[in-house]
Amino acid sequence: MKILLKGGRIVDPSQGLDQAADLLLEDGKVVALAPDLAVEDARVLPCEGLIVCPGLIDLHVHFREPGEEWKETIATGSLAAVAGGFTAVACMPNTRPPNDNAEVTRYILKKAQEAGLCRVWPVACITKGQKGEQLTEFGELKEAGAVAVSDDGRPVPEAAVMRLALEYAKNFDLPVISHAEELSLSRGGHVNEGLASARLGLRGIPAQGEAIAIFREVMLAELTGSPVHIAHVSTRSGVEIIRRAKEAGLSVTAETAPHYFSLTEEATFGYHTNAKVNPPLRSEEDRRAIEEALRDGTIDAIATDHAPHSPLEKFCEFERAAFGLIGLETALPLALHLVERGIISLPRLVELLSCAPARILKLPGGSLREGSPADVTVFDPEARWVVTEEELHSKSKNSPFLGWEMRGRAVYTIVGGRVVFSRRELLS
Amino acid sequence: MEFFHRHILDISAFTPEDISYILNTAENLKEILSRPIPKVPTLRGKLVAHLFFEPSTRTRLSFERAAKTLSADVFNLTARMSSVEKGETLLDTVLNLKAMGADLFVIRHPMAGAPHFIARATETRVINAGDGFHAHPTQALLDMLTVREKKGTLSGLKVAIIGDIRHSRVAHSNICGFRKMGSEVFVSGPATMLPPEREALGARVCYRLEEALKDADVVMALRVQKERHGRELFPSLREYAREFGLNAQKLALAREDCLLMHPGPINWGVELHPELENDPRSVILEQVTNGVAVRMALLVLLLGGGA
Repeated sequence: MKILLKGGRIVDPSQGLDQAADLLLEDGKVVALAPDLAVEDARVLPCEGLIVCPGLIDLHVHFREPGEEWKETIATGSLAAVAGGFTAVACMPNTRPPNDNAEVTRYILKKAQEAGLCRVWPVACITKGQKGEQLTEFGELKEAGAVAVSDDGRPVPEAAVMRLALEYAKNFDLPVISHAEELSLSRGGHVNEGLASARLGLRGIPAQGEAIAIFREVMLAELTGSPVHIAHVSTRSGVEIIRRAKEAGLSVTAETAPHYFSLTEEATFGYHTNAKVNPPLRSEEDRRAIEEALRDGTIDAIATDHAPHSPLEKFCEFERAAFGLIGLETALPLALHLVERGIISLPRLVELLSCAPARILKLPGGSLREGSPADVTVFDPEARWVVTEEELHSKSKNSPFLGWEMRGRAVYTIVGGRVVFSRRELLS
Repeated sequence: MEFFHRHILDISAFTPEDISYILNTAENLKEILSRPIPKVPTLRGKLVAHLFFEPSTRTRLSFERAAKTLSADVFNLTARMSSVEKGETLLDTVLNLKAMGADLFVIRHPMAGAPHFIARATETRVINAGDGFHAHPTQALLDMLTVREKKGTLSGLKVAIIGDIRHSRVAHSNICGFRKMGSEVFVSGPATMLPPEREALGARVCYRLEEALKDADVVMALRVQKERHGRELFPSLREYAREFGLNAQKLALAREDCLLMHPGPINWGVELHPELENDPRSVILEQVTNGVAVRMALLVLLLGGGA
């Protein structure tokens, strides 16, 4: 089966490419990339006016299966992913039961295969039951298909345990992803400490708690010589620690989420539970620092931290409401808004949403070189649309961007040479 | 002037004119309370539901007194002895009361924003009777009524609030209200309980108690709320009383004609020295009477127009 993407603008920072060209996919691989390719027996996807880039990869999603299927399943999450232009997602292990053993890993992969949309890469727990005590069986988990380890949703409270994880991960070349949060400072908090906590009369979560935790991870990376990846960076102080660590040559990478560069704590005013997320939405100063870190490379990747919750968890008192918001279907236009405002270039956007995530997870993808997997995202950077519950494919609708007018949207999402999502009628 | 607000959630929603209008209404209605038969038919047939998810004496009974004086019917629901103990959600609880015909909810809840959520979810009128650390607008209104009665004005005064400012909904609403009316608010107490200046809602934060008390027109002591923090924020009650408790000597720093206030309940010997119990500057019980008048005013303003 051949697919020819005709007339698009190819943006592939992995080979320094930004030009009009055609792209030919065959048998799940990229086979040719050149202007005016003529192929007789290929299905042609017209891409005039569209951007063609390596498939977007989301390093950080919560698909809630097994255990909380009323919020999202691997099938509905996968659909949201491909509708948002993502060809692969790494799903975090805080399911019920958590992904701390090979059986759960295999279950997730089986469900992903049944869904047959995007690639789903399970992230396994660092510690059994995410309790922060005993390491999980990294070896067997990796063999079962886990691509990284993380106790996401909660930090590993003890530095000594995190040290062991970073050391032991070397045997298996498993990336370690840290949810950096100093619990003794954040416990009981619901919103950013500062304007939001003062105004809403809620306990706050101080920005410096994130920085303290990031500093610990950076020091452990130095101690162990293992790389560490910091999830969902939300603060100026956190960014500064990472920037200095990188300057010192330490092996640290970091991601942020679209809501941290698109919103501030003001989104919570009025007790809007869809804006309740951990880490919390921060100050304008933090938001700007995140933008700058995306621009200067301190932050390597954009990940959504897609965290679906139903009205049961969100239509209630703010303090009772669950943390988390969905992001798979709004990430691309929010990132494009950074391009529109001149903060980052289009190639940098592709780097942040595709190349870097593949590199951090040490997985194939993030490139349109010949021989690469035929994972391709085609998007219309000009398409205007309004975020409504009906437009979203995720089972949950807990987006703080409902009602926003967005610019930019995936048109074709291709995984392994198969068009798994299209907003246009397919021509053969 | 007309009153357009559907809910009383937070002082910050009001203009100074709104506040004056509420206080004027309260002042007019207060007279009813001193009649031989303190009852008027104004709200006959209206059903006011009092939902108290936290212990309360003054606020709960004050609302009940206000509603009954105006001839409204009342539901009194406390978290204990209700289906809340069986796990019924707040939303379901109020929807059920609405289905029985409740015209207005008065809500006291340990979670900030709970009354706002109910206002949004039920489209019924809501009065916030205290939500978490957030706000206690009716307390601030009755405090302002008391000060206005005694001082003849709410502008140009120095108001000192002493105690756990960070975790006090009374402090938050009073800071907001007194500042709106043109007074300056100074706060002091243990620094572990003081907000940083940028989070103090416009109050001046004083780490020296004397600075807050000096020449104050109004001195308000807050209750030490041991139930609200996860851990001790000061070393001992003894040290609190010594350093931050008000006594005659410290109160002498304030203006001679200052008003001594406290929202209650009082821990005598902690935030207030027992020697102040019968002090002529104290208006603590007048605050309580004014509380009924303010709540009558709010009920009339929200329910009275035949709405």
